[in-house]
Amino acid sequence: MKRINFYAAIALALATMVFIACNKDIEGRTDNIPSLSPSNIDLNAGTWKPVLLTSPSEFAVAAPGATTTPDYIAQVNEIKDWQANLTSEEKRIVKYWSAGAVLRWNEILRELVAKHNLPPYQNEDGTYPVPSAANPLAYPQFPFANPPYAARAYAYVAAAQYDALIAAWYYKTLYNRPAPYKVDSTLNVLIPKSDLPSYPSEDAVLAGAAAEMMKLLFPGDQDFIQQKVEEHKRSRIIAGANVRSDIEAGEALGKAVAQKFVTRARGDRAGAAVGNAALWQQMEDDCIAKGEIPWKSLETPKRPPMLPLFGKVKPFLFDSLTVIALRPGPPPSTSGDEMKAEVEEVYNQTSNPTREEIRIIHFWADGVGTYTPPGHWMAIAAEDFIKKDFSEVRWARNMALLAMAEMDAAIVCWDTKFYYFNPRPCQMNPKIKTLTGVPNFPSYISGHSTFSGAASRLLGHIIPERAAAYDAMAEEAAKSRFYGGIHYNKSDCGVGLVVGRNVGDYAIQRAKTDGAE
Amino acid sequence: MRMAMAAMLLFAMILPFSLSAQTDIDALMMSKNEFCIGPMYSYSSWKNYWEGTRKRDNKNLGTISTQMVTVMGNYGITKKLSVLFGAPYVKTKASAGTLQGMDGIQDLSLFLKWRPFQKELGNGKLSVLGIAGVSFPLSNYTPDYLPLSIGLHSKTALARLMVDYKWKGFFATASATYLLRDNIKIDRESYYTTEMHNTNEVEMPNAANYNFRAGFRNQRWIAEAVVNQWTTLGGFDITRNNMPFPSNRMNATTVGTNFKYVLPPLPQMSIVAGGNTTVAGRNVGQATTVYGSVFYILDFSRKSKSPVPTSNAN
Repeated sequence: MKRINFYAAIALALATMVFIACNKDIEGRTDNIPSLSPSNIDLNAGTWKPVLLTSPSEFAVAAPGATTTPDYIAQVNEIKDWQANLTSEEKRIVKYWSAGAVLRWNEILRELVAKHNLPPYQNEDGTYPVPSAANPLAYPQFPFANPPYAARAYAYVAAAQYDALIAAWYYKTLYNRPAPYKVDSTLNVLIPKSDLPSYPSEDAVLAGAAAEMMKLLFPGDQDFIQQKVEEHKRSRIIAGANVRSDIEAGEALGKAVAQKFVTRARGDRAGAAVGNAALWQQMEDDCIAKGEIPWKSLETPKRPPMLPLFGKVKPFLFDSLTVIALRPGPPPSTSGDEMKAEVEEVYNQTSNPTREEIRIIHFWADGVGTYTPPGHWMAIAAEDFIKKDFSEVRWARNMALLAMAEMDAAIVCWDTKFYYFNPRPCQMNPKIKTLTGVPNFPSYISGHSTFSGAASRLLGHIIPERAAAYDAMAEEAAKSRFYGGIHYNKSDCGVGLVVGRNVGDYAIQRAKTDGAE
Repeated sequence: MRMAMAAMLLFAMILPFSLSAQTDIDALMMSKNEFCIGPMYSYSSWKNYWEGTRKRDNKNLGTISTQMVTVMGNYGITKKLSVLFGAPYVKTKASAGTLQGMDGIQDLSLFLKWRPFQKELGNGKLSVLGIAGVSFPLSNYTPDYLPLSIGLHSKTALARLMVDYKWKGFFATASATYLLRDNIKIDRESYYTTEMHNTNEVEMPNAANYNFRAGFRNQRWIAEAVVNQWTTLGGFDITRNNMPFPSNRMNATTVGTNFKYVLPPLPQMSIVAGGNTTVAGRNVGQATTVYGSVFYILDFSRKSKSPVPTSNAN
């Protein structure tokens, strides 16, 4: 009997081991999604309103050769050559990119942001090094992709892709070159067929625009980015979606349009956002002169504030005067009873967090080593867009609206933070212990709340049936910062949401007039 | 920014008994129908840690401390077969910075310890033991708050082979362990290791452990020195100034010592104390741990009690 029990126990232990050992494969949420098959190809998108382009034909694309020429036939044969002997890796890249190129480039960008979202380690003397774009691979690597940097990166890549696709759609309808599988009906096609003209290739446009923009934003990751570009372009030829000349014209167009955004980015004042020691001191002195307790870094050694001049960066959806107009009124005075009550509220909240509150804190934390709150909203949006079967150009337009709203939310939020220079709850009461890292910049208003207010408002416009859900997510994201003990509930989170929604309304205003609705 | 109190966590999860006599990591067996139970308290702390292979401190954490109260038990099914369990309550704290510590009930560990082979060899006695164990979380704590989370929240299963040789009062024990770890779920929807993962599920690398202990033992005393090496079979390094993550490649080599004393007036009761310190590591804190415990043996056999309940230090 004992022996039987013993063997049963051994068998159970072995079964447990086998169960654990065999059950390790993990699938990402977008690893195995179906090919993009738009319900509407948005053939008129060449008439939509671009962000920077003066007209869709600002950059010339030469007329393609006729599909009857030997050159074209040779290009079709190139597809057939690829398809004659497909490796599993080639099948994988076709499947991966066919899910949607705006989606994939957004994911790649999120990955780069997460990789680079690391605050530099201090120098021996207690100062902090600043990453250098001129020497991106030396420590600290360039960039430190913190939330404002990331918001701006998402916006430039998305807006450049959107403008480049408007131009692409313009030329597609102008030249009306059919897809290779419409020319040669014997051609095997590995993706859903489309009535969209194939010249220039929208995929190559997206790859070219993204790569050109990312050279500026992630100069140390060129190998990785170029490898993705080559893979992306190859996947379209292998799939039979485009011939080589579609790809080449598309990539050149994407790069040309992106150059215009690169020029804008070089002059948008983000390069000066770090500030300098005199400026940091000035902000502190100004706050004291107003009779308020100024923000102090809670890190050891004290770290200079994150991008104090990001509020001066040139927004996409409105002008710099509007940034100031969107700035909310002051937070409660640091010496008043109202502030005292808000500090007390944070202390009480953090003294006894529930497991559900900890889940909410961590779900929305999006801190060091992550793709930041704007990236989180990109992920939320992307996974909903997948279900909507948008065309690539509508994907790009919706992502650009969202990303521009997030960048402009960052600008308005950072302007507010450094205008008021308000201390964090745990500076006011060191007994407050936080449940996530304290960000190294002033408290009022909460960045997460501003980002979430803007994103939820815009997404609710794009997908109205989800508006209430987005609103609830934004409320939860804002609350998470109060739960975590790093923001005041009413002033930081409450006001942040309102300001964010106001920014989101500008994106909606643009959406209503860009010709896509 | 933060670190890896991983070493303690690992040992908390894998070697909950390594601290006392009659554990899953020593060669001692219970007598049939004897049940040994007791609480154990341990205190572990570190100031320096390895970020990958780079050693550093972190003034935004100061010293990380972990206190643990574990209830442990060991029941002799036969003279050659025991079942052991352990369940700790864990509380963590950072001495500097703003981050709040965590506390809660961690994981239940269960082991079967079997001694199929024992024979006289030379003037001494050689034993071979096999140990199989499983562990699983007892509460819904979060693993994704290192170095202040109370555990890694992975279900585990281990197999251990052990050889023990005893000559007069002196002994030496060596063991090798392979540990399987199940995937875990975290509260966020994506995370970056060396690439992006758009999922809340984390693949946990398996691990190996080697343990060598030697010293003196008889019915009343045990005094031993212990070397332990934990190696994670996979995982990734914490990047510069990044946060630690549950699936980091956590390695640690510790050296330590244990003492056990059976009280002469009350031979059912024994006192155990010991400590260890980390001499090499990767993605873990350089922890020093001390612990103490009191065990009491209950005899459930129907036979008359033997005058000295054995902790059977054969």
